[in-house]
Amino acid sequence: MGGYTAQEIYSIVVMQSFSGVSLLCIYVLMGLGLYIIFGQMGVINMAHAEFLVLGSYTMCLFSKFITESVPALENIYVFLAIPLSFGIAFGVGYLVEWFLISRLYKRPLDTLLATWGLSLIMQQCFRTFIGAREMSADLPEWLLGSWSVNDSIDIPISGLILLVLTIFLTGGLVLYTTKTRMGLRMRATTQNRQMTGALGINTKMTDRVSFGIACGISGIAGAFFTTMASTSPSAGTNYIVDSFLVLVVGGLGSLFGLFISGAFLALLSSILEFFMTGSIAKVWLYLVIFVVLMKFTKGLFSDKVRS
Amino acid sequence: MNTLSNHTDSSFGKLLYERLFKNKEGVIAFILLAVVLLLVFPLCLNTFRLNLTGKYLCYAFVAIGLVMCWGNAGILSLGQGMFFGAGGYCMAMFLKLEASDPESTAIQSTPGIPDFMDWNQVTELPWFWFPFKSFPLTIALIFILPAVLAFLLSVFYFKGRVTGVVFAILTQSMVACLWYFIVGNQGFFGGINGITDLRTLNGWDIRTESAQKTLYYVCSILLLFCILVSRYVLSTRLGRVLLAQRDKEMRVRFSGYNLTLFRIFIFCFAAVLSAIGGAMFTLQVGFMSPNLVGIQPSIDMVIFTAVGGRESLLGAVYGALAVNAAKTAFSEAYPTLWMFLYGATFIIIVLYLPKGLAGLYDDHIKKWIFKLKPKSDSGTTPPSEDLEKEVPYAK
Repeated sequence: MGGYTAQEIYSIVVMQSFSGVSLLCIYVLMGLGLYIIFGQMGVINMAHAEFLVLGSYTMCLFSKFITESVPALENIYVFLAIPLSFGIAFGVGYLVEWFLISRLYKRPLDTLLATWGLSLIMQQCFRTFIGAREMSADLPEWLLGSWSVNDSIDIPISGLILLVLTIFLTGGLVLYTTKTRMGLRMRATTQNRQMTGALGINTKMTDRVSFGIACGISGIAGAFFTTMASTSPSAGTNYIVDSFLVLVVGGLGSLFGLFISGAFLALLSSILEFFMTGSIAKVWLYLVIFVVLMKFTKGLFSDKVRS
Repeated sequence: MNTLSNHTDSSFGKLLYERLFKNKEGVIAFILLAVVLLLVFPLCLNTFRLNLTGKYLCYAFVAIGLVMCWGNAGILSLGQGMFFGAGGYCMAMFLKLEASDPESTAIQSTPGIPDFMDWNQVTELPWFWFPFKSFPLTIALIFILPAVLAFLLSVFYFKGRVTGVVFAILTQSMVACLWYFIVGNQGFFGGINGITDLRTLNGWDIRTESAQKTLYYVCSILLLFCILVSRYVLSTRLGRVLLAQRDKEMRVRFSGYNLTLFRIFIFCFAAVLSAIGGAMFTLQVGFMSPNLVGIQPSIDMVIFTAVGGRESLLGAVYGALAVNAAKTAFSEAYPTLWMFLYGATFIIIVLYLPKGLAGLYDDHIKKWIFKLKPKSDSGTTPPSEDLEKEVPYAK
């Protein structure tokens, strides 16, 4: 093997797998918010990517604020940014559901158009109020470093945090939907709105909160994407297709499917990008996805009837 | 077309008349559009504006296609840019080959191939460019390529009963895929710059004023013809089955129809219409680039249709003209305001005007007009519109 020792090959495999896992985490984080909105509530939100970008901007602006005014918190502000970006995205999502989405539950295709209009407006808001230039967060030193397992294996800290965050968010989401009162109400409302209402549950409120939570999760995901790439007003357009595809491939309404399809896409795109340039790799990735979906039209793991 | 033979008693003429126009009102609306396109615009606008209008009319082809497959069959495609691009690129490849004959490209290291290939160290014309040396073959490909593409991309999904939102998402991914494909193949398709510097069509310079005027007329007449063909398709039993499955899919299935074939047909039909628009676009604008084909332009095409009225063929044409004219007027002077306005248009149309301008006309303006001249012609206008109001727009 070209002069590599077994130790070196082992290290390469470990580090490459880890970067693959990071990619998987990115895909899962992209799809997680959509899993609630699209998979559970059956609503399509084309402005989903803008909520990711909203999270990214929260992180960037917060880091600027901290480094300028409260340097004492410089090392730990990342942990404060998580609830903040959740809160802001939750608030915006709550309002969007209230004023826009709630009127369109019976017309999914129209929701798609309306939320696309929303995404244009949000993009223009970013451009007007924050600035058209690319932005990145000032990350603390420790986050940029890496953890040396031994002489030849370096695991980036940001990747580790990403992994922990993904596990934490997914676990939290599972607990929320299956174990809490609110999650139960959400599932009941999705399954039979009228009956749920008849049982005295405020379905409108439930919708608002569920939508808000999904947006908030996207906000957290977006905040963490700043550790890997800079943010610009139209950054969302890079996310939107991928985040929908990862959910559709996995099968709507299946969290397990989301993980498997995330792994599948991560594996495929890292293999393809090894052999060819970025855009051609993207073409092949999409083509493979289309062919897979031709065979499994309901996604790899679907446990619900799609709307 | 057949308006002159209306009043003859030949049953064929009468049948055709009923199919194409339904009633007198349909004829008037169609003639009005024809007059606006063929007389009013050429007389009132200078050549630059006329060329711009011709460009908008190319989008009207796509909008008509969307009326067919979205408004009347319930299949929303966010990927019409893909077919628009297929038509446009076919035409652009033909024109490019004609523009890069060995004499005018003598300074290249390989004369006789398009300039961008030479810049990208391609030394030989790729095989898939050869059909575009012949004009008839190019025209044939403008029709065949999008139809085949649409068939391949939809047959398995429609068979697997993928419809509605998921299909819309998939078409959007497809158009993203095409965008990456063109951008990634800089040597073969000109990459992000697109195919530029197109000059002549079979020796006829398309950049002169008279040529642009002629192309405008060709485009308008083709558009009117496409409207008639679409009208005809809608008036057949096929059109009625499509309309029925939009509103009550299961009931149509239980009546024994195989919806897969119907859906594939209308999707391919819309694709071919878009491709004609794309080819006319290339001829009138003189270049084709991936940014005319991507996700955003494809969604723009949907909004033209939504503004004009998703169920109205004529409305879609007015929608394409209105939105594009507004875009040209506003986006240069107030780019920020335009984006807010454009986004708001999506929301307002969906929330308050789901039938677009055509719906506005049908529900309000028409009553007002008929109030002005209360003729006793109640027999000629059947109350079919009132029945349609009860039908929900989407599944």
